[in-house]
Amino acid sequence: MIRFAFDYQAEPGAFHLLAEGALPLGKTTAVFGPSGAGKTTFLRLLAGLERPHKGQLSYGEEIWLDGRRQLPVQQRGIGMVFQDFALFPQRSVRENIAFGAGRHGQPLVEELLALTGLAPHAAQRPASLSGGQRQRVALARALACRPRLLLLDEPLSALDLSLRHELRQMLRDMQGRFAFTTVLVSHDLAEVFSLADHVLQLTQGRVTAQGSPAELFLGAGGDRGRCLLHATVLAVRPADVLWRVSVQVGQELVDVLVSAAEAQALSPGQTVVLSAGALSVQS
Amino acid sequence: MPDLAPLWLSARLALLTTSILLVIGVPLAGWLAHRRSPFKPVVETLISMPLVLPPSVLGFYLLLLLTPTGRLGGWLRDTLGLQLVFSFPGLVFGSVLFSLPFMVQPVAAALSAQPPSLREAAWTLGRSRLGAFLAVELPGVRAALAAGAVMSFAHTVGEFGLVLMIGGNIPGVTQVASIAVYQQVEQMNYPAAHVYAGILCGFAFGVVLIVNLLRRYADRHGANR
Repeated sequence: MIRFAFDYQAEPGAFHLLAEGALPLGKTTAVFGPSGAGKTTFLRLLAGLERPHKGQLSYGEEIWLDGRRQLPVQQRGIGMVFQDFALFPQRSVRENIAFGAGRHGQPLVEELLALTGLAPHAAQRPASLSGGQRQRVALARALACRPRLLLLDEPLSALDLSLRHELRQMLRDMQGRFAFTTVLVSHDLAEVFSLADHVLQLTQGRVTAQGSPAELFLGAGGDRGRCLLHATVLAVRPADVLWRVSVQVGQELVDVLVSAAEAQALSPGQTVVLSAGALSVQS
Repeated sequence: MPDLAPLWLSARLALLTTSILLVIGVPLAGWLAHRRSPFKPVVETLISMPLVLPPSVLGFYLLLLLTPTGRLGGWLRDTLGLQLVFSFPGLVFGSVLFSLPFMVQPVAAALSAQPPSLREAAWTLGRSRLGAFLAVELPGVRAALAAGAVMSFAHTVGEFGLVLMIGGNIPGVTQVASIAVYQQVEQMNYPAAHVYAGILCGFAFGVVLIVNLLRRYADRHGANR
């Protein structure tokens, strides 16, 4: 298990993350929650890129953080895919992937180039690649250093729907091939369900729930009686005696009728949870 | 044909100054770009002082500080056998201080503009902080490095007040091109002054052209990104 207890605050009065729990080794854990919940900070604490006020972190039997003393990021054996991909602009695709591979890593670099379909672009620089290709370079580069723990910060958020599907498949294949533990940050339910075995839900810097995706989102024990959808409020308008709230769920617009008292608590841009209890099959 | 020794001396001084600035200016720029320290505003201010200070003022204080009858100057002479006043090493020392902002400021600005995730990615891939700085950050600011080096070189060639104060006007030792122009004009030898001044004008044009071309290159190729 990866056991963690973090007490982190960048400066007095700033966002405070106080999280404790455990993540399974060899599986994929999704850190899920709304924007500002501390998901990226949590991932950076796992990586050792942030120094907590105090805390504990162990990877199996290995201690990575004890109080304020921590193992440097270089010695943790992690690979990380950043939200902006962080590709080295002066280096070619091959040089980027080879950066962390070490002296004897050339065969692995070539294998990763082939696995990710990047071999035809090996001599190109990142600036000339599409978003999906850059994402694959970032993933291949992180895997080239043979990580025990792969950290992915919203890996698919910048991509369109068809590319997301393709890359989800590739991530699953890679995990089967290289057998690492994955922790990914996401606020996309589809991503969580397709990739994660375990979910850690963060809200305002606290762990509010954890379990399998089905346990967390479909009710206890996989009860499929109701479905919770995260939605963004677009508009709140009066409609006779009730109020009409327009929300966005994925790419769909949904109108919901609520009472005046409920409408008062809502404003455009707010994130809400929509509960759906019935489904019908489209003919 | 006037004596070309002042031009060669200027070139030697500028080359040495630029080389030293590359060695000390780049780590200083890295420190300013990445470190949080309560001393940072003071260090930034000290580095930028030569931009607003009359060169003769800096030269005057350096002269007082380094004179062999002073405490530091006396110690340098007695311990290291080094006399910095009215000598070429003294000119180099003064020029390094005076051209420091021309090297440090563009490089620090370019380093600050790079996304932190670039160096963090290098750390996660096993590189030390120094390794990441050399392998990832410096290649990304090479246009700023080149511009800083060219500007430091040019600024040293054009310096007058400081070198006159600290070095005087000793032919073959401290008489650089800018001082030679002044001396020729004082002696009413305008043809010789024209030669020195013309060469310096051509040099200045070339330098500004190179800096502008570097800037265009950086904009086009994202060398600072």
